[in-house]
Amino acid sequence: MIAGLAFYLFAGILIASAVMVVTSRNPVHGVLFLILAFFNAAALFLIAGAEFLAMILVIVYVGAVAVLFLFVVMMLDIDFARLREGFRRNAPLGLVIGGILLIELLLVAAAWRFAPEAAALRLQPVQPDGVTNTEALGRVLYTDYVYAFQIAGLILLVAMIGAIVLTLRDRPTAKRQDVAAQIARSGSVVTRRVPIGAGLAETGIARPPLPEAPKPKQVEHQGGGHH
Amino acid sequence: MSIPLSHYLVLAAIIFTIGVFGIFLNRKNVIIILMSIELILLAININFVSFSAYLGDLAGQVFAMFILTVAAAEAAIGLAIVVVYFRNRGSIEVEDINLMKG
Repeated sequence: MIAGLAFYLFAGILIASAVMVVTSRNPVHGVLFLILAFFNAAALFLIAGAEFLAMILVIVYVGAVAVLFLFVVMMLDIDFARLREGFRRNAPLGLVIGGILLIELLLVAAAWRFAPEAAALRLQPVQPDGVTNTEALGRVLYTDYVYAFQIAGLILLVAMIGAIVLTLRDRPTAKRQDVAAQIARSGSVVTRRVPIGAGLAETGIARPPLPEAPKPKQVEHQGGGHH
Repeated sequence: MSIPLSHYLVLAAIIFTIGVFGIFLNRKNVIIILMSIELILLAININFVSFSAYLGDLAGQVFAMFILTVAAAEAAIGLAIVVVYFRNRGSIEVEDINLMKG
């Protein structure tokens, strides 16, 4: 009973916040509603008994993805009013397609039942001895799905490198170490005969002649592209 | 389980539809389109988790985790592309992005 009430509460908030995500005027509000939607989905996962996934959802989605969205929305100086042109024009088409899709999905959900042999075809039956959800997932994940797990890590690595490569800017004013210039410099190391007992006051500080600094490479920017 | 599985499925269907609707509704704003894709993936995850719970099969939760991984990667790459595009063009209108077509 309590679980049922909680389910409908969280489901209602989830649907409402999802609607607000796609219709909100200000994308910052949209991202905040997305965070609310993720929290409610995590609560639904808890009701379904998937504690580990619920926590992962909060950590990964709310902690990383939604904050990333928030950063990008706030960092870019975007004229959001212009982006909302055509909102009214696109709404009927979206409603029609969304309605058709929803009806189809509901028809599927209504006429659906487990196949009789479904229980026998389970890939990873839940162990009945009171292991926690996290432990059971770990037992499965690191044994039967270890290759998929490694591939997931690889996907994250590729995404990380891709994001860095895409957004890294090579500014012409940046000071970098030029290894070739360092190796090629000559005449900067000299041996001098220093009189015994002479201090810095007599000899002065020996400074090598400064080599002319190589010009930093001028990166050609295409200046905004097409306008 | 006091809640029937069909309620989870209907909820996931509604969330999925809202995500698709959001893509049509905000055809110009890439960021909201990316958020709609996140909603769609969340609906898929709800489906996976509810089937996993009702069938007593942990494989569904494992795959939900992989979908989470893919969603995070997709968001990172998508937002990086948005940032680069904004740097070059000064706007993120989707309808301008077809300039690259040969």
